[in-house]
Amino acid sequence: MTGRYKSVETKYMEARDRMLRALRGLDRRTFFKVSAASAGAALAKGLVPPHSFQLVEVANAAVDKNWPQTGMQGKPPFTFAYISDTHLYTKKLNERFVRGALKAVEDVNALDPQPDFVLFGGDLAQLGRKDEMRLGAEILKEVKAPIKIMVGEHDWFLDMGETWQELFGPPNYSFDWKGVHVVTLMSVYEKDFWTDRHMSPDARMHTVAGLDNGLQSRFEVGDAGREWLKNDLSKVSTDTPLLVFSHSPLYKYYRPWNFWTEDADQAQEILKPYKAVTVIHGHTHQMLFNRIGNISFYGMLSTAWPWPYAPQGLPPLTIQMDRADPFDQFDACGNGRMNVADGGLVDAVYSLWDRNPVTITQRYLASNGAEDRPPAPRLLSY
Amino acid sequence: MLVISAGTLLCGAVYLPWHLHAAPDPLPRHILPQPEAGGVVVGLCDGKTSIEVPWLKPGQRMTEEQARGVSNALMAKWREQHPDAQWQMTQVQTNPRQGQAGAPVGPQAGQGEVYERLTPREQMIADAETAKFIEEGKEIFHDPGKLGGTIGVSCDMCHPDAANTHPETYPKFQTQLQRVALLRDMINWCIENPVKGKPLSPDDPRLRALEAYIVAQRNGTALAYGKH
Repeated sequence: MTGRYKSVETKYMEARDRMLRALRGLDRRTFFKVSAASAGAALAKGLVPPHSFQLVEVANAAVDKNWPQTGMQGKPPFTFAYISDTHLYTKKLNERFVRGALKAVEDVNALDPQPDFVLFGGDLAQLGRKDEMRLGAEILKEVKAPIKIMVGEHDWFLDMGETWQELFGPPNYSFDWKGVHVVTLMSVYEKDFWTDRHMSPDARMHTVAGLDNGLQSRFEVGDAGREWLKNDLSKVSTDTPLLVFSHSPLYKYYRPWNFWTEDADQAQEILKPYKAVTVIHGHTHQMLFNRIGNISFYGMLSTAWPWPYAPQGLPPLTIQMDRADPFDQFDACGNGRMNVADGGLVDAVYSLWDRNPVTITQRYLASNGAEDRPPAPRLLSY
Repeated sequence: MLVISAGTLLCGAVYLPWHLHAAPDPLPRHILPQPEAGGVVVGLCDGKTSIEVPWLKPGQRMTEEQARGVSNALMAKWREQHPDAQWQMTQVQTNPRQGQAGAPVGPQAGQGEVYERLTPREQMIADAETAKFIEEGKEIFHDPGKLGGTIGVSCDMCHPDAANTHPETYPKFQTQLQRVALLRDMINWCIENPVKGKPLSPDDPRLRALEAYIVAQRNGTALAYGKH
């Protein structure tokens, strides 16, 4: 393409880049000026937000105001990104899933400013093999921000977590980040279905790897896991915002596909006394939101393939992503970014590859869908 | 030698349960008597009634009018052999069963030997064979090896329980293919692209079994061809 003739898109992107560059280093007052100018420009073009890129103040919002849900004094906000469900085979067998994972790493490395950390949401490997997981670890090493890793069932059931723990440590851990208590919870234990059936580790892994396979047990945090969680939270005041990472949704969505945690009710009970709780989960490979009591739930996208929505049990607050285009192998896949505001609640940005990003705000979930409702999908799941 | 006439009453789908099996056995054929007057023997779809058209030489085509005359003659012969049968009534009574393969059929008065009257034993065979065929499809659907895939991807990875395959929406014009697609075209698209295997020929037992499994998962869904 020559420099003389530029498409509308190119001109738009250039204007946008110029403005975003100009925004860096603005003080608060100037920010408002630019923001108002961009709103004016959008208005002049006959565009109504959110259809144009009108600036919204995110970064400056938090410093010293009360958060209505919790009554807490403001904490510095932060951002983290996620990559999830890469389901890697070895590169020799399946190059596409590797490309998906690499694409996600590129995406999060391109974020400016960089996120405080990157969460990996589990199912790094497809069949729990050492070579798959080593490849995954190698790819994740390329992530510039610190990485927090969670385990999925595909990582676990070949050698019952041996390799994964060797590479990444214990599956349950917690840390404090800018006033938020962050917990990574292993939620995909299963009761023994293999011994009585004389299954080899390989057969066990293949059984767990199938979603519509009725043979396996349901996911659970388990007695020991819930004890660990109770114990971990015993040192945390109920005013502290909680951010919980689990691979399976920590609620009951659709049992036949294990979009489900069998002891979810008991796990939720442990989280109930806390004023602001957000659970971020993998496994379901789709845009998925739920609100139960004080807990907001967000599902993560996969980099390997999207799942269709289950025929029953979809949480009513969920805004579905458009049905995946079978002619685009990366459609409805992606990664994302979470903006943690003061009060510890989360705005989730779903970066769907080849589509417009979708933002699900904390207000949308906290208001039970009354406010900030994102646009409905055009093509629903059948 | 069998000549297919233009007569609509001669349409000849034969129902026998073992045809549904995935193994590519040759389909049974009606055996017609040899012509006695040097003409052509034309058979009715019951496999028993036939007449010889003496003025028709092998390889010759009938006009539409002639063909209609021959089908009327065939039907007249069938009625003569089944004086108590009520063909029209049978049509009405079998229609409501469409889409309910495996539903039991009770003996119906006055139907003689017409289409789709199954004994309980035949019904049992029909049910078992259909279930087996669907099960074969399910296995292929879940197995990258049986699909001929090369990258470890199987259908169920994106379509658990065949979800989001919507067989009821075909045929439909698929812009990306620039043609009207049938379910099998989409199955083959998936086999060739995300699964990275070789497309299956339309009579490949694996493709037939896959179709059976996918359609069976949507039992009871209203047909909505052309829907996007």
